Amino acid sequence: MFNPDETLNDRFEFVKERTASRIFHPRSLGDPLFTGIIATLAVIVLALLIGIAIELTVKAMPAIRHFGLSFLASTEWNPATDEYGAMPFIYGTVVSSAIALMIAAPLSLGVALCLSEMAPEWLSRKLGFLIELLAAIPSVVYGLWAIFVLGPWLRDWVEPVLSRYLGFIPLFSGPRVAVGMLTAGVVLAIMILPYIAAVCTEVLRVVPQSQREAAFALGATKWEMVRMAVLPYGASGIIGAIVLGLGRALGETIAVAMVIGNRPVISASLFAPSSTLASVIANEFVEAVTDLNVAALIELGLVLLALGLILNVVARLLVLSATQRRFSRVA
Amino acid sequence: MAEKLIARGLNAYFGSNHAVRDINVTINANRVTAIIGPSGCGKSTLIRCFNRMHEVVPGARVEGQVLLDGEDIYAPGVDPVDIRRRIGMVFQRPTPFPTMSIADNVAAGLKLNGVALSRSERNRIVEHSLRQAALWDEVKDHLDRPGTSLSGGQQQRLCVARALAVKPEVLLMDEPCSALDPISTARIEELLLELKENYTIVIVTHNMQQAARCSDFTAFMYAGSLIEFGETKQIFTNPTRRETEDYITGRFG
Repeated sequence: MFNPDETLNDRFEFVKERTASRIFHPRSLGDPLFTGIIATLAVIVLALLIGIAIELTVKAMPAIRHFGLSFLASTEWNPATDEYGAMPFIYGTVVSSAIALMIAAPLSLGVALCLSEMAPEWLSRKLGFLIELLAAIPSVVYGLWAIFVLGPWLRDWVEPVLSRYLGFIPLFSGPRVAVGMLTAGVVLAIMILPYIAAVCTEVLRVVPQSQREAAFALGATKWEMVRMAVLPYGASGIIGAIVLGLGRALGETIAVAMVIGNRPVISASLFAPSSTLASVIANEFVEAVTDLNVAALIELGLVLLALGLILNVVARLLVLSATQRRFSRVA
Repeated sequence: MAEKLIARGLNAYFGSNHAVRDINVTINANRVTAIIGPSGCGKSTLIRCFNRMHEVVPGARVEGQVLLDGEDIYAPGVDPVDIRRRIGMVFQRPTPFPTMSIADNVAAGLKLNGVALSRSERNRIVEHSLRQAALWDEVKDHLDRPGTSLSGGQQQRLCVARALAVKPEVLLMDEPCSALDPISTARIEELLLELKENYTIVIVTHNMQQAARCSDFTAFMYAGSLIEFGETKQIFTNPTRRETEDYITGRFG
């Protein structure tokens, strides 16, 4: 006869046995092993970063001793007189990266929105692949293209317009040349666009469909849905993508060295030649004669590392303060 | 009794999958209509056709007519955005906007109408909607907290309030209690009885007791087709179709 109590009791005993055997099962060797391996790998990455910083500091010591903190503030860079200051290059790095971000960030977000919200699936995957291909073009090729095509084009078509309508701002005045800050910023923008766009696209693709439908169900148009559901949900990821692009822009060397004009001066005009931390190292390292010159160049590398770290931390803090308040208790 | 929504020869597809087959059904105004049926029978797809949400999914399409107050919402030239403002929807899982506060979540739909509301008017609508959704007393002291800080049942009532704030004529609910505990479920069910005075409600549910408890009419769907439709009492006590009887007595599903 079928006895429901007995079967339930059997079940209970069965579950108890299974649970007990699980506790003593010797399968728990894999977890500590796995933890050990990934912890080691993580530490290696961190050690690498610290090692580089230490090495740079040691090699830069002569310059650090000689100039002290005034190295950062001085605008004088003259190998002939052995006078070195980092300011023109910090300025060049920050400004060229800022130009690049101002152009690339909105453009990338537009590309990402188009790929994730507008284009049909088959087209989106193909276009996404093509955009990622842009990242595979070597920077020296971008540099060549910028020298022969982009620079002259900016000089002949963009700079005249900028100086006619915005010439009252010092940034857009002065002689128009093909090699300079603006050209460098624009070529950087083109170079970082695929990175920001690719990450943004992935960020927007993981916004749950239920969030989109919730907005649609309230009677939102497509644009209202994007503004109400997609962008707020993806905000921290989008900012992360922009920070990634910024990191690329700060460190990009060859393309910038080819088009920025390489003059260690701070000019009011964006059309004028300038120089960045990375480009001056590439340009002058092989020709550096005195020990102090070499040490100063290495210290520029240290400054670049610090600048990258500081900007990353600031950006991340910005993201945290903007999102933590909102996501304080995600159920 | 006014006829609010009428489906005529309604078919819905996902690509080549024919999910909803030739449905003819009438939804009465100020009544709760339940749609029951086993998983995958097309009941969610059917109510998503009632506010043109079905077509949001890539590859999905609809044939046939759905008349809202006698006018076909699938007629050429009809903007689905206008339809969704008149026919609100609550989903299976609570979907508060995570970056918005409780008050902002409720007011989210108000911004869309493009009408500039005064602060006090907005607050009045937020309070009214939260009261209608039986959530006001629980959240009135912390309206600026994130919507996601609420419990699952509260979040679902928040979504009801959000849907009500734009003053829809019809409220579609797609298994609104399937992610909730019994107490929260009971609150949502009480809510239905209060809301039907002002709204027409269509609720999809897996739970037959729920359909029996809180609906006036019941539609039983199976394999994409509407098998039987009638007053809830008749469906549950005296079904005319064999499949309906098998389902409500638990013989399958």
